[in-house]
Order: sequence, then C-alpha cells, then structure tokens
Amino acid sequence: MTSSSEDLDAQPLLAVEDLAKRYGRHMGCEAVSFRLWPGEVLGVVGESGSGKTTLLNCVAGRLTPDAGRVLYSDRLGAVRDLHGIAEPERRMLMRTDWAFVHQNPRDGLRMGVSAGANVGEPLMAVGARNYGAIRSAAGDWLAKTEIDVGRIDDPPRTFSGGMQQRLQIARSLAAGPRLVFMDEPTGGLDVSVQARLLDLLRGLVTELKLAVIVVTHDLAVARLLSHRLLVMRGGRVVETGLTDQVLDDPQHPYTQLLVSSVLQP
Amino acid sequence: MTDMLRLCDVSKDFVLHNQGGAEIPVLLGASLTVNAGECVALTGPSGAGKSTLMRMIYGNYLTPTGSIRIRHEGAMVELAGADPRRVLAVRRRTLGYVSQFLRVVPRVATLDVVAEPLIALGEGAEAARARAGDLLRRLNLPEALWPLPPATFSGGEQQRVNIARGFAHPYPVLLLDEPTASLDGANRAVVLELIGEAKARGAAIVGIFHDADARAAVADRTFEIAPLATAA
Ligand SMILES: Nc1ncnc2c1ncn2[C@@H]1O[C@H](COP(=O)(O)OP(=O)(O)O)[C@@H](O)[C@H]1O
Ligand SMILES: Nc1ncnc2c1ncn2[C@@H]1O[C@H](COP(=O)(O)OP(=O)(O)O)[C@@H](O)[C@H]1O
Ligand SMILES: [Mg+2]
Ligand SMILES: [Mg+2]
Repeated sequence: MTSSSEDLDAQPLLAVEDLAKRYGRHMGCEAVSFRLWPGEVLGVVGESGSGKTTLLNCVAGRLTPDAGRVLYSDRLGAVRDLHGIAEPERRMLMRTDWAFVHQNPRDGLRMGVSAGANVGEPLMAVGARNYGAIRSAAGDWLAKTEIDVGRIDDPPRTFSGGMQQRLQIARSLAAGPRLVFMDEPTGGLDVSVQARLLDLLRGLVTELKLAVIVVTHDLAVARLLSHRLLVMRGGRVVETGLTDQVLDDPQHPYTQLLVSSVLQP
Repeated sequence: MTDMLRLCDVSKDFVLHNQGGAEIPVLLGASLTVNAGECVALTGPSGAGKSTLMRMIYGNYLTPTGSIRIRHEGAMVELAGADPRRVLAVRRRTLGYVSQFLRVVPRVATLDVVAEPLIALGEGAEAARARAGDLLRRLNLPEALWPLPPATFSGGEQQRVNIARGFAHPYPVLLLDEPTASLDGANRAVVLELIGEAKARGAAIVGIFHDADARAAVADRTFEIAPLATAA
C-alpha cells in the first residue's frame, strides 16, 4: 500500500502497552506493545496458534487482558484506557469509533434480516432515524462493496460467501469508524474471490483513510494490505517493521522460515 | 551542487538462520554521495551486491551499519534504522524506485498502477491518469492494454509499466535497477531519454545498467561494487 499518515509527530490513534492474556496456565499472548497511527494498516502475521486472534480481541475490547493497557485517542484527542473505562463507555466507543470484521461472515452479520437492514442497523445505533436516508445510505454501501443494489431486501443467507464477506465489510464501515479490526478477512474464500475482496479492501482503506489492524496467516494478503507488520510466534512479537522489508529481508529465524515456506509472498 | 543522497560506511551481511546460520557478507564500508542532476551507475559482477545496495537505500533491506541520508523536503534525513513511517513518507515524496521486476497487484488496471503514486500524493484521479497515459504512450504500450492488469503481460511490457510508474511523479531521487534490461532498441532509447530529462530537472539517480552503451549514455560516473569473499 502506498499511503499512510503524513505527520510523523501526530499522536498515535492507539497505543498498546505490554499486553498479556492467558487461558488458565496457557499463554494466549504476552508482552505485546505497538502503536498505530491514523491511516495506517498494521498486519499481524504468524502461523495458526501464535496468538494473533487473542491479541486482536484484547486490543478491540472483546477480551479482557490479564496485563497491559490499550490507550485510544478519541475524536476529541482525549486518551482513553480501553480496559479502564466503564463497560457502557467502552461499548459506546466500539459502536461509534471501531468496527470488527470477522473471518466468518456469519459472526458479523445477521443472517435472517435483509442486506439493507444489516447495513442500516449500525447507522441507527449511532443515531440515524430517517428511514429513507438510511435506506439510501445502505444502497450506497452495497454499491461501494460491489453488491447488486437490487439485492437490498434479500437476507445474506441467500448470498455467496464472497458477497456475504463484502456485506460484512459494508456493515462494519457504514457508521464511519476510525479504526477497523479484521481477523483473517479473506480466510474462507476461493482465491479468485479473495483477489476481488482484497482489491476492494485496499481501495476502501485508502479512500476512507482508515486505521486498520488486520490479522492474517497469509503473507501475500499482508503484503498487499499493510504498511507495517508484527510477526508473532508463541504469543510474542518476534519481529516488526516495514512490510516489504520484513518479507524481503527478514531478520528473525522464525520470520525467515515463514517467508521461505511460501512461494513469492 | 546540492547533495541529495549520502551513503557513509554502509555494510551488509545476510545471516541465514535456517541454513546453519550461514553468513553472507555482501557490502563492506560503502560510501557514496550523489548530487542533484547526477546519475551514478553501480558496476560490478553479478552477485556483487548492486541490487542489495539499492534496496537498502529504498529501505527494502535493513541497513545494520553505516548511514544512508537523503534530502527530503529540504533536510537530510537518516534512513538507516528509520521508523517505517518515515521511510514511507520519503518513498512517497522523494524516493522513486524502478525494481527489476514489477510486483503486480491483482485486478488493478495498468493505467491505475502507473497513476497510483500520484494519487497517493493527493493528485486528482483525472490528472494522474492523464500523466500515466502520456508515459505509457511514450513507452509504446498499446492503449488496448491500459485497462488490463499487467499480470499477463510479457516481461518487456511489464517492465515498461514499471518504468512509467517510477517516472510518474518527478522524484528528487530515483533508483533504477536494470531499467532497460528486457527492452528493444526503440524503447531503450525512450527510457534513456526519460533518464536524461529527470537529470535535467535536477533528479539524483542511482542506476544499474547491464548494457554498457546505456550506461555510457546516461551515467556521469560509476561506483564499483567488488564482490566480497564468502565466509566459510
Ligand atoms: N478460548 C480459549 N481457551 C483456551 N485456549 C485458547 C483459547 N483461545 C485461544 N487459545 C489458545 O491460545 C493460543 C493462541 O490462539 P489464537 O489467538 O487463536 O491464535 P491464532 O489466531 O494466531 O491462530 C493457542 O495456543 C490457542 O490454542
Ligand atoms: N534477501 C536476501 N537474503 C539473502 N541473501 C541475499 C538477499 N538478497 C541478496 N542476497 C545475496 O546478496 C548477494 C548480492 O546480490 P545482489 O545484490 O542481487 O547482486 P547484484 O545485483 O550485484 O547482482 C548475492 O549473493 C545474493 O544471493
Ligand atoms: Mg486466529
Ligand atoms: Mg541485481
């Protein structure tokens, strides 16, 4: 990707400090710190079980970490400690400022209600009331995500996997979030469908200047979408850096192994 | 004369951790200054480290020792060990790179591949595409190919897309890794013309040219990279 925030001195949108999460005696993730700036896409890579989803969920407020802090700079520039604020305040932030894209569209969509309602709901949750305006915004989002607007009244269970994933993206972006979390967004899709989705994501992220944390085990996806990478192994970050540098001149033995195990990432 | 790029005592070895920690020393104490309007050709046998040095300047390879400074928005900025966000800012405005092979993004039309660096700098889509079209036309890439993604193009066609992309924005510093390698005579001449024009507007250029005639036509001097003995 070619664009990210221009102002190097700007305050980070997100600062993650020494985050840790255990499942009983088993480590989910440990000692993870990083910062994220507006307009920046951070890729989190590593093989299955390395702690990517655990980290993402802790940062996104969906899991409570055992140690560490997640500091978020809100629209007014005030810094909020995500796991220190009250539950309703955190829920409000997650609704107004953040969005989450799941690997499985079923986890992010309401399969029984229409596509239009799926996109309209998050708008209503942030205060939209005018039915006509909501429906037209939903239509615009369907068009933006390359879904035939004629399908606006159909429920997503009648959609193909690729369409469902595009609808989930429309739903997650409709309310204008500043920060988007994605867990293996192209995971369950055929290669050709993946390419289309990636192309769409790249365009939207650049156009809307979104800050994104995208978890993927697929280095080609990471290369296409992200400016910077975190490489995880066994719950820890073993290497970070500019995406093409980490992939073309990996320093850590584990990253070298990861890169050499795939064809031209 | 304005210095645009200053390499000071740059060294590099690769450590292959999964091959018994084999160390490949490639560069040792390279120092080089490139001024505005000047083209320096890197020379040396295949495998000597020419592309490696270029990738280090671009921030694609890490620079573990030594300093690589570039004039970015009026001030010299250190690239060795720089924050990734700084490297991206330098790449966006100041430092262009025509790699040996085009890395294609699936589904993106050739015209947009070429226009992308301009759009990333805030140029309007219309103007960016117009500039992209001018370059592609100059490089004799048939207009029928412009709406297609370059993935299926021949090596020479992809290389011309890559060159057009690298010349779309008037970067103050340009890195060119064998830009004429897979081109016929007519297109090679166009590329040499583009390089000449970039020098005339004050760009500092570092190039690798396998073809001695091309090198002689545009390079003001050469910088020899001698192969280092590989450690046992
Ligand atoms: N709910 C859970 N209960 C117990 N262990 C878990 C749970 N979720 C994840 N883990 C374990 O934590 C580690 C990290 O898992 P996860 O974050 O899902 O990794 P990734 O997303 O990289 O595949 C793994 O060893 C996994 O088995
Ligand atoms: N990413 C890399 N990892 C390990 N070794 C590398 C890497 N890139 C280049 N090399 C090695 O560095 C040496 C110099 O290569 P290169 O810079 O491509 O040479 P040239 O461009 O002069 O032909 C070669 O031995 C090459 O194998
Ligand atoms: Mg996971
Ligand atoms: Mg080379």
